[in-house]
Amino acid sequence: METTSTMPYAVMGNFYDPNKLIHAAEHIRDAGYEKFDIHTPYPVHGIDQAMGIKRTSLPKFSLGGALFGLANSIGLIWWTGSVHYPLNIGGKPLFAFQFSIPVMFELTVLLCALTTVFVMFGYLCRLPKWFHEYQHDEGFRAAVDDTFVVVIQSDDSRFTETGAKGLLEKLGAENVRTVAANTEYSHV
Amino acid sequence: MKEEQTAAAKNAVRRNDMAEHGLRKDSLREPLVLGNPTLHDITEKISSIAVGAPNKKFMLALTITGLMAAWGVVAIVYTIITGIGVWGLNNPMGWGWDITNFVFWVGIGHAGTLISAILFLFRQKWRTAINRAAEAMTIFAVICALLFPLLHTGRPWLAVYWLLPYPNQMQMWTNFRSPLEWDVFAVGTYFTVSLLFWFTGLVPDLAMLRNYAKNKLGRTLYGFFSLGWVGSSRHWHHYEMAYMILAGLSTPLVLSVHSIVSFDFAVSVLPGWHTTIFPPYFVAGAIFSGFAMVITLMVVAREVLDLHQFITLKHFDNMNKIILATGMMVGYAYAMEFFIAWYSGSSYELFVFKNRATGDYAWSYWIMILCNVISPQIFWSAKMRRSIPVMFIVSIFVNIGMWFERFTIISTSLHHDYLPASWGYYSPTWVEISIFIGTFGIFLSLFLLFTKFLPVIATAEVKAILPNAQPKHGHHGGSSTLNPGEAH
Repeated sequence: METTSTMPYAVMGNFYDPNKLIHAAEHIRDAGYEKFDIHTPYPVHGIDQAMGIKRTSLPKFSLGGALFGLANSIGLIWWTGSVHYPLNIGGKPLFAFQFSIPVMFELTVLLCALTTVFVMFGYLCRLPKWFHEYQHDEGFRAAVDDTFVVVIQSDDSRFTETGAKGLLEKLGAENVRTVAANTEYSHV
Repeated sequence: MKEEQTAAAKNAVRRNDMAEHGLRKDSLREPLVLGNPTLHDITEKISSIAVGAPNKKFMLALTITGLMAAWGVVAIVYTIITGIGVWGLNNPMGWGWDITNFVFWVGIGHAGTLISAILFLFRQKWRTAINRAAEAMTIFAVICALLFPLLHTGRPWLAVYWLLPYPNQMQMWTNFRSPLEWDVFAVGTYFTVSLLFWFTGLVPDLAMLRNYAKNKLGRTLYGFFSLGWVGSSRHWHHYEMAYMILAGLSTPLVLSVHSIVSFDFAVSVLPGWHTTIFPPYFVAGAIFSGFAMVITLMVVAREVLDLHQFITLKHFDNMNKIILATGMMVGYAYAMEFFIAWYSGSSYELFVFKNRATGDYAWSYWIMILCNVISPQIFWSAKMRRSIPVMFIVSIFVNIGMWFERFTIISTSLHHDYLPASWGYYSPTWVEISIFIGTFGIFLSLFLLFTKFLPVIATAEVKAILPNAQPKHGHHGGSSTLNPGEAH
């Protein structure tokens, strides 16, 4: 297959102890690797700093979603009730904040929640991705079960296969291996 | 020197002894997961429930609840094609079982959001064993709740433009001054956000299940809904923030929903309804009833699915404490309503409350007091809080009591109006009763299907609180938000 030669591959190693894992993450970060990831069955405390992950920008999107919802609720209530079809009920004001507050609150929460979930999965995590190039590796699949899997990508500028393998072995990884990316479609 | 050593050795032995009996100071807290399972044990246990073939007991239970649901559908269809005249509603009682059931079901949902959001923000790690099922319960309860106002409109196919503001050829919009319209947004938002929260929590567990599915359909569905989650730490980083934001949003949301439901009553001018105590009183009642339903369901699910390891007596103990606390809050509200009725000096207000306790619907009032105020008092005893039969019976009592609370509020204020000439008495017809039974059928069927096909325990979260799951303290000031701190 033509594509295999251009497709990156990866060096992987398994960990089972969270303390060792954090230690390993720091060393890989300090060795200057950027294209590496650690797959874990549950979120491990402090791994983001150990890996050098920048703080997520998600709250900004959430705030944007909330403000969008708030603005829309005010616009909706004001425009429908006092511009497009003025609804006179007992001579009360056509628009007032007092009666709008429940709907304003609900739409703010609704839009904020929708934005948070869709931006988090769809934009920040780039999901859904129903195909993963390393999913054929049994050890990699165990990452959603009970194994911490460190993956160092071959397209990292510092990558050499022996270097990455040596580093992982030195850090105490088990079953250090090279895994070729699978280009054929298969279920994740 | 030698003496010191022997003393130290003795102390160590003593500490071990105490630890064995759960008495050592730093192990005073009971473990949240029993039997020291490994990560893989948990995966195996939860996956085997979800991917195994349904057994006879399950099919029998599903048949019964399915028949209940089908009977409800018959009554619903009959209502829709004939009109709501087939219900017992008539002047002066325009609200009856339908709105009672609506408030009842919405209230049931509140425990789920409380467990998933508020207990999360308060760092209550015991929530991890029960949050998944409680959130599922929330969603199914809100589905049942939504049926009632929709049917109550009489012509549900027109309800779209009555309820939702959308451009239509009549150029008409909804009235945003109406608390009923606030309700549409409150319950709609509540349902959507609960669903998002539930789904977000499910994604890592579905990813686990896709490796275990026994057939292609299972692999495809679990794979599809897990979105291709591979447990990347770069993803977890965003995920945890999203989880935190959703919890932060759901906390005021859950308080707002039942507040707004209570506005349906409180914003009107009827004596007995027009009170400022309603929002907090309704919220406390909702949490009260929701926890009762969680206990009813979890006691059964724990036995049938053998989840003793994850759902321990400690979990039930904690939930029963919440039931005791919220039960006394509603008890306080019942008393305060009477006090204010007297203190306000309004003769109508006072009449309504005297009538509530001694009038035509006094039987309903006293069932409510018995179930909601008296029965939970047994939970002052730690032994009773840990007795499965006792908590099961009390939880049923509370479920019944909270239904009667809503019925009492609705019926006593409506059946005796300002004018004695228009007084009346309302009883439901078989149609209303059937629809209510039907919603129980829908609710229980959905819950059964949930326990069979989805991970009943939030596996990733339970794994994260196992004693050695996290790096030791003082290592790197963790920023992880999902279940921080060490597990005890």
